[in-house]
Amino acid sequence: MTTTDVSTNWEPVIGLEVHVELATATKLFCGCRNEFGAEPNTNVCPVCLGLPGSLPVLNEKAVELALRLGEALQFTMPPQSIFHRKNYFYPDMPKNFQTSQYDEPICLAGEIEVDGVRVRITRAHLEEDTGKSMHVGGGGGRIHGADHSLVDYNRAGVPLLEIVSEPDIFSAEQARAYVTELRATLLALGVSDVKMEEGSMRVDANVSVRRVGTSKLGTRTEIKNMNSIRSVQRAIEYEIERQAERLEDGERIVQETRHWNEAEGLTRSMRSKEEAFDYRYFPEPDLVPVVPTDELRARVRATMPELPLAKRARLVSEWAISEHDARVLLDVPGLTDYVDAAVGALTDGTPRDVVNWASGEVLAHLNDSGGTIADVALAPDALAELVGLVAKGTINRGQAKEVLAESLRSGDRPAAVVAARGLEQESDTDALGAAIDAVLEANADAVVEYRAGDDAVKKKKRGFLMGQATRALQGRANGSVLAQLLDERLG
Amino acid sequence: MADGEARISRAEVEHAAQLARLALTDDEVEQLTVDLAKILDHAALVSALDTTDVPPTSHPIELTNVLRPDVPRPGLDRTEVLAEAPVAEDFRFRVPRILGEEP
Amino acid sequence: MTTSPSASAIAAAVRGGDTRAIDVLEEHLARIAGREAEIHAFNTVLEDDARATADAIDAAVAEGRDPGPLAGVPVALKDNLCTRGVATTCSSRILEGWKPPYDATVVERLRAAGAVIVGKTNLDEFAMGSSTENSAFGPTRNPHDPTRVPGGSSGGSAASVAAGFASLALGSDTGGSIRQPAALCGVVGAKPTYGTVSRYGLIAFASSLDQIGPFATSVDDAALLLETIWGHDPCDSTSIAQPTPSLRATLDGGVDGLRVGIVEELTDVDGIAPEVREAVEAAALALEKEGATVDRVSLPSSEYGLSAYYLIAPAEASSNLARYDGVRYGLRVDAPDVATMNASTRDAGFGAEVKRRIMLGTYALSAGYYDAYYAQAQRVRTLIVRDFARAYERFDVLLSPTSPTVAFEFGAKTSDPLAMYLSDVCTIPSNLSGHPAISVPWGTGASGLPIGAQVLAPALAEPLMFRVARAIEVAAS
Repeated sequence: MTTTDVSTNWEPVIGLEVHVELATATKLFCGCRNEFGAEPNTNVCPVCLGLPGSLPVLNEKAVELALRLGEALQFTMPPQSIFHRKNYFYPDMPKNFQTSQYDEPICLAGEIEVDGVRVRITRAHLEEDTGKSMHVGGGGGRIHGADHSLVDYNRAGVPLLEIVSEPDIFSAEQARAYVTELRATLLALGVSDVKMEEGSMRVDANVSVRRVGTSKLGTRTEIKNMNSIRSVQRAIEYEIERQAERLEDGERIVQETRHWNEAEGLTRSMRSKEEAFDYRYFPEPDLVPVVPTDELRARVRATMPELPLAKRARLVSEWAISEHDARVLLDVPGLTDYVDAAVGALTDGTPRDVVNWASGEVLAHLNDSGGTIADVALAPDALAELVGLVAKGTINRGQAKEVLAESLRSGDRPAAVVAARGLEQESDTDALGAAIDAVLEANADAVVEYRAGDDAVKKKKRGFLMGQATRALQGRANGSVLAQLLDERLG
Repeated sequence: MADGEARISRAEVEHAAQLARLALTDDEVEQLTVDLAKILDHAALVSALDTTDVPPTSHPIELTNVLRPDVPRPGLDRTEVLAEAPVAEDFRFRVPRILGEEP
Repeated sequence: MTTSPSASAIAAAVRGGDTRAIDVLEEHLARIAGREAEIHAFNTVLEDDARATADAIDAAVAEGRDPGPLAGVPVALKDNLCTRGVATTCSSRILEGWKPPYDATVVERLRAAGAVIVGKTNLDEFAMGSSTENSAFGPTRNPHDPTRVPGGSSGGSAASVAAGFASLALGSDTGGSIRQPAALCGVVGAKPTYGTVSRYGLIAFASSLDQIGPFATSVDDAALLLETIWGHDPCDSTSIAQPTPSLRATLDGGVDGLRVGIVEELTDVDGIAPEVREAVEAAALALEKEGATVDRVSLPSSEYGLSAYYLIAPAEASSNLARYDGVRYGLRVDAPDVATMNASTRDAGFGAEVKRRIMLGTYALSAGYYDAYYAQAQRVRTLIVRDFARAYERFDVLLSPTSPTVAFEFGAKTSDPLAMYLSDVCTIPSNLSGHPAISVPWGTGASGLPIGAQVLAPALAEPLMFRVARAIEVAAS
């Protein structure tokens, strides 16, 4: 059996469940801070610790953020949503029930456009996160074989929005694109900071395959523990292949939950022994229904940011940049606003120049430093200044890189760095002409070959001579003036 | 349910005990099977009622949109919290090993 | 029976500087010293804390400050109300030794009003019971006859007021747990409208039914205490923003022209003691003499109330009590893995009645039974609400016994859970509907034991309900 047979005989059907932590200041039902990385058990109170006698009160911002996604993805807003208790015992869950929306969620039946194809979203609902367990002894931090576990309840009660798609996804690649688009949308809307590595976005996939040409859904498995968008695609690719091979071999697929193992590149069944779950859902008596009133919806719409799809289209046309560049910008929180501010301060140069510097040097700096856009020492109007210095010919691109590196490091204005380092580029035709003449004399062979050669040879030799001249001028030459003078002499 | 047939079986009691995380003794299971059957017999009155078109009441009062502003409030002191823990270690609550994955 | 002087008289005297709070307290502590060993009303007596509070109140008065409307009044708290730094046990082994890091909202309000908290009172474990026999720390005895139960679950609170250990007490009422012990101990006990008193800090039994309410030796004192704890609380989502009514201001308004309905199903109920039915009829007659019109009224669905209640309350309880698992606070019984630790802890920490209700509730919510039991019970709840609505078209208030019998002997009903559950048959409908109800003493039966009459009123009609209760109180004396 070859891979080709498998993929031509079997069609995957995929549904995705995406959990995101909402970008609120506090938890879903109490005033404890919703923050990542705090000292263990420091963001806790009677409510999120489930102490006897405590009662939940719903966070207004969490409701608004859920409704914001609802408005953006054209969900139906049911006349009311309610919370249920999902009852099961687990030590990271302080009340031993999870307060979650069940049969009356806040958002129903939305959709999102992914690379021109619409994917239907079944529902989005609010629920509380659990605490976090650390497994000690035995298998290197893993639950199996651990001696005991240590629980931190800082995350318990953090607001989650679970977004469940219809099985409208038919390839691992499309699953990746869906998660990418949904992530960009959530980020743009300010609903979540969607950091998969910090767990503020978690993706589970329901995967099944069916014989090509049939319509009945096959038995599905649920894949968990995918820690990046790339691993979503890899895990689903693996699982499709696994299921198709089993079926080709006449075996059956078991409905189960499987863990993606990133290091080994495979999924593995999680169940050691079958435990019966019966969540005994019933309406949470300590909370009252949420009604999306006209007033509440109007408030949500008034604060609604632009969606990525629309925003990308606008940036591509306004700034004359590529779709790819627009995606890169939107992928980094705050970067588009930063560029927008820089474009607004431009005196010389184009928005596209700003975008190129921002998505190149500035982004590289962010990645190296591990900071956010708010930590960048270079003010947006200083970036505009740098673009202006290049456009006016004061410095060339090579010098600009050096200046930018210094400004990103120190926060000094680019013009000041140029002055301090004496970096203004040489545009004087006499000085440049003399340098070129010296280069041509020293490389007379090359000049001969240039004159005798075809276009390809001419291009190569010109490049060589240009490089020699640039080096002779220690990189300070105004490139376009230098090129013009060289071409005049080469005839 | 036919007359005379017990309304709840011993196996169902054992299953409920598992869901409720109660390590019942055999005697307790025995007694509960009898007690619950009696109570459920009484509850059968309710089950038999025709309640077509009667909506359930889950809250005695009708309130909606009781919301809290998203403003942080001071929580509890960690030392005080962990002092109540049966076992604490490394500023966390210590529990014996967990056998099953979270559902 | 030695009872405390009225709370309003104590507060007036302390505020006016005529009496010292510490002297009032010492009188009460002396009564506790005299009879507590026999009665066992308290899980904890807070002598030192109470003395410090009383001294602070006296100091405030000396400095010309007003300590508040309950200045120097000794108050007892049911031991399911959280008190910061003071053990709060629910009379359960599973919470033994646990000290809450916060005060319940009602406790905060009592402190702000100048009350002196004398102790935490005994109850049926997690408020599940009607006799206080289900306490893990031993039963409370009825001060009128120590061979009999005080009722429950707030038996300790009722007994503490009846024995003069405290001037006032707070209890919680999920199916009658304030009113039934009030009736059996011969004091006044009220369950206000659901949502009027914050539940924040009340350890939950059944969240959609639980309400906190007052115990007192008079209707006036019960009104005073209810006025103090009433009011919206942003920490309780089911708390309603309703201005505090002036219950005391209209207390003596009389019943002339009021329409009173005697609830047939709650008065002719199976197992009712004839002397109890006669007492209620006598109370009705007294109201008639004062100008009320009295007639009989039927609440046909109320006969299903008991069954519906014994599905809803255990279902909610099974979930509310899941948190006692040996991980974060309270008892732990060690075991090699966490699930076994949870199960062993819960088996050792909970008493028989609590386990019975957890099991019943778990079963009623489980797959395949939810619709037949839990959902159906919630529909019956709607039917009961509708019955009340119809009754209140014709009547201003309703009247019934509080409990079908006077105080019974220890062990009389412990072997048959259903017999015990039947003690709540008259009180449960008000919990299911969320409406207020109050129990007022109406004399004693042949055995000399107190009988209570119950006044039921529509939601938020507490001023009217207290007025009628006051008229009964006056007629009874």
